[in-house]
Amino acid sequence: MNDRFRSIPYLFAAPAIIVMAIGLGWPVIESLRLSMYELRLGETITPTAFRGLAIFWEALADPSVHTSMLVTLKYAFVVVVVEMIIGIGLALLLEKPIRGMGVFRTIFVLPMMIAPICVGLIWRYMFDTNAGPLNTWLAAINLKPEWLADPALAFMVICVADVWQFTPFVFIMALAGLQGLDTSSIEAAEIDGATPWQIIRFIKLPLLAPILMITLLMRLIDALRGLEVVYALTNGGPGLSTELFPLHIYKSAFVTQRMGHSAALSICLLLVTTALSIAILLRSNPLKRRGE
Amino acid sequence: MGARGQLATALRYFGVSAMAALVLMPLAVMVATSLKTQRQIFESGFTFLFTPTFESYRDVLDGKFLGYLGNSVIVGVVATLATLLLGTMCAYAISRFRFHGRAPLAMGTLLVRTLPPAVLAIPLYFIWNRIGIADSLGGLILAYVALNLPFTIWLLYGFLEQVPLELEEAAIVDGAGPLRLFFTIILPLVKPGLAAAAIFTFRIAWNELVIASVLTNRTTRTAPYAVYLFITSEGIEWGRLMAAGVLVALPPLIFTFIAARQIIAGLTAGAVKG
Repeated sequence: MNDRFRSIPYLFAAPAIIVMAIGLGWPVIESLRLSMYELRLGETITPTAFRGLAIFWEALADPSVHTSMLVTLKYAFVVVVVEMIIGIGLALLLEKPIRGMGVFRTIFVLPMMIAPICVGLIWRYMFDTNAGPLNTWLAAINLKPEWLADPALAFMVICVADVWQFTPFVFIMALAGLQGLDTSSIEAAEIDGATPWQIIRFIKLPLLAPILMITLLMRLIDALRGLEVVYALTNGGPGLSTELFPLHIYKSAFVTQRMGHSAALSICLLLVTTALSIAILLRSNPLKRRGE
Repeated sequence: MGARGQLATALRYFGVSAMAALVLMPLAVMVATSLKTQRQIFESGFTFLFTPTFESYRDVLDGKFLGYLGNSVIVGVVATLATLLLGTMCAYAISRFRFHGRAPLAMGTLLVRTLPPAVLAIPLYFIWNRIGIADSLGGLILAYVALNLPFTIWLLYGFLEQVPLELEEAAIVDGAGPLRLFFTIILPLVKPGLAAAAIFTFRIAWNELVIASVLTNRTTRTAPYAVYLFITSEGIEWGRLMAAGVLVALPPLIFTFIAARQIIAGLTAGAVKG
């Protein structure tokens, strides 16, 4: 491009940069600052509220924070593993193109597109003790579990909601990967008499590994940072049994009003999601595709 | 096709159909419940067999909810248009020019793609109140544009990289200025990318709950948070809740049916071709 265009990239990038600086950069810096002050909602920062790093150490030593971290890790592990297994399994079974797959794929995208508040509502109703469809059907065998009042069952319910919402995502990613595979090595293996299972185990899965790894990381980040479905579904209860880490952050800011505590923990969450984000970048960097 | 092949195809159809049924059933339950009276909901347990009524929808739309839906429409549409414009401009700069600060800008936007909304909600609340844009639709829109820009920039960057340079070069030779070049050549070329980015941005701006809950007040509230408040303030009135839920779920569902292909392209962009 010629000289007349020299200032153009700055002018074109500037509006986006300014908006991101105000809406993303500034809040992250403000979080770092807030994490050193003991504040309630509506209070402004004053020197007397300064506590420095003490808030970090207290937050990280807080038993309810430990509980929330454990719940979150358990949740992320369960949903990601279940979604990966079912999603990949179905993609392998349904790999061969069938007529009407477009319609099915559209259906599978629906749960990802609707508002998390709706997902929360739907599953809250599905598992409602008195009016819910599940207990209506279970009444036939004289069961009436109180799903959302029991810690273990409530935890299972939030996992079910996420599996319902995001297994199709893994399925779509794995299917896209499978359909983009080079067929020559698979055909060669078929001629050599390899069984379907051997082809999956030794050819397809290794070739899919890069895509599956990115899918896994994307799901993991979302499982660690999401809170809206659970906010509507259980609001963290009963007790702390479904209090995911981001939900704890939100509630400690806007319910119990410990701003410093909340900001300190949000910095921790930010470090984790950023680390995972870097892991994705190391595997798939859009800038590197053209050999930069 | 042999008998075995036919059996395999039949099993495949059975598999996808079963999966589709599992996906659709909870949605059908939501719609069914929204069409029942409070009595029908509580008397006999759940059933798909009932006389539908629009009572719940009437109740919901009678109150302030219509205004909240209106707020959501404004926020969703304006945030989407602004994100697309700023995002495409920035993607264009990164894709077509080598300039100082390009690499940090590129890496920075790539890294903030995963910023958790829960992390942003608290500082945004403080900053927006301090600079006087809290509780306004404009303030919420600004937050959503910022939140959606990183993903949009990278999605459109991917599309721009696929577009051959010849058309632009021809336009430059013809003496087109940068603005004309951008609006008449670049934007039309990346239309499929714009469609995908529009859907993903609108989805976030329309569905988002956490940031909306702290940046809005009684008049500027958006629909998802209004639905959330139905749960807590009025006890559980399933009919009205589900009617409100269906109204909130509807626009993204319609977009999905219109543009499923672009959505799937957007979902798999990056991971598959990477």
